[in-house]
Amino acid sequence: MKIRVNPINCHAHGLCAELFPEWIRLDEWGYPIINPEVVPRELEAHARRAADACPTLALLLTRD
Amino acid sequence: MSTTGVDVALPRLLAGISLRGMVVHDRHLAVHGPLPSAARLDGGAIVELAERSRLRGRGGARFPSAIKMRAVRASRGQAIVVANGCESEPMSGKDALLLSELPHLVLDGATLAARAVGADRVIVAFERSNSDARASLEHALKQRRAAGVDDAVRFELFTAAETFLTGQETSLVSQINGGLPRPTFIPPRPTARGVRKRPTLVQNVETLAHLALIARHGADWYAQLGTEAEPGSTLVTVLGAVKEPGVYEIECGTGLERLFAAAGGVRGAVAGMLIGGYFGSWLPAALVSELELSDASLGRHNAALGCGVVVALPAASCPVAETVRVAIYLATETANQCGPCVHGSAAIARTLHAIAQGNAPTGALADLGRWTTVLPGRGACHLPDGLAHFVSTALATFPDAFDDHARHGPCTACGAEALLDIPPRGGAR
Repeated sequence: MKIRVNPINCHAHGLCAELFPEWIRLDEWGYPIINPEVVPRELEAHARRAADACPTLALLLTRD
Repeated sequence: MSTTGVDVALPRLLAGISLRGMVVHDRHLAVHGPLPSAARLDGGAIVELAERSRLRGRGGARFPSAIKMRAVRASRGQAIVVANGCESEPMSGKDALLLSELPHLVLDGATLAARAVGADRVIVAFERSNSDARASLEHALKQRRAAGVDDAVRFELFTAAETFLTGQETSLVSQINGGLPRPTFIPPRPTARGVRKRPTLVQNVETLAHLALIARHGADWYAQLGTEAEPGSTLVTVLGAVKEPGVYEIECGTGLERLFAAAGGVRGAVAGMLIGGYFGSWLPAALVSELELSDASLGRHNAALGCGVVVALPAASCPVAETVRVAIYLATETANQCGPCVHGSAAIARTLHAIAQGNAPTGALADLGRWTTVLPGRGACHLPDGLAHFVSTALATFPDAFDDHARHGPCTACGAEALLDIPPRGGAR
């Protein structure tokens, strides 16, 4: 699993970085900077939680 | 504008051009001969030709045409072709030249592309200000009908908006679908779901013009010029400190020195080069004798030919002032959709401007370094990537000039006439 953001839909709510700081940090304007690597299996639940929590549904989980 | 080839086997695309008006259909046929019929060259054969000749898109990204064609063929639904003549790169002149002088070559290529993907319709798109393109295309279509040419497609002309992002693939598709000239998120790619939700092949008009010649003469003929990795010829727009600026057709991989010689030679001292336009790279003048316009040579310096714009910056120009003007232009051309682009581009432009004025806070250069690193890949389109690369290569190529401005403010050359063209806001170019 990899994580992508739809940057058009993202409005910098920042919940993703709060829920999955191991993988997602925020830039100085509050927009996510996402680790492009494959999410380790043991962290996939965190990725799902972050994607589910996004108010604009901007976080995408891709099969890779 | 001068328009010539720099090699004995050239010009190819620009053969027959007179610059006294468009090449009419009779003359087009006399120069190039007729297009192979569908019986002689079917859609699958065209895709194979595009693949064997390693034809790559000439809009800037240089993406392989055959891969795009195959993606459209693999998608369900009636395909459609968009001939993209929206030359939104302000310094580029090649697409406007092709549309106004050589419309039959572009229309031939569009017909072949439609055949390759099974499309029944071709939309030729160009910017609103390009009234020459419309006149030439309308005239050319009339000539084809009168001559009984069976293109087997319906042609439509589309007038696109006048913005930097107007020709970006998804932005153009959005406009044709009645939307704003703004990039859209991928997926879906236009090859799967584009104009009217149909599989859509968007190709730059120069790419189509090459296809028109490859279909006539074959992949082996195409590869008689160029390098093994990049066969064929390509159009470049050469500007700045050369005696005869203009659009030139060159062999892929031509040395930069040879290109400048073809453009009448260098006029005065050169401070540096901009390769690839506003999404391109600044490179130091010392590289002029070593650089070839190939992926291999430019790639060693993290550069690419992109849309084909090559600018020799005269030593009398200020690289800081030129860079700041373009950075501000690009930052204002954001589609205002993606946060990192909206905020990051504005921050870069604002800080560069402060450096040029000599009133930037300490740490401004470090800020620029961070922003240009963090921005790429974080928009729906590549505007933030292009701006970041343009600025970071300027900082790397002209470190002393930026340092001098940061300390002492504008230099004597800052007030010189701008070389790099910035279209007026909301107006025609």
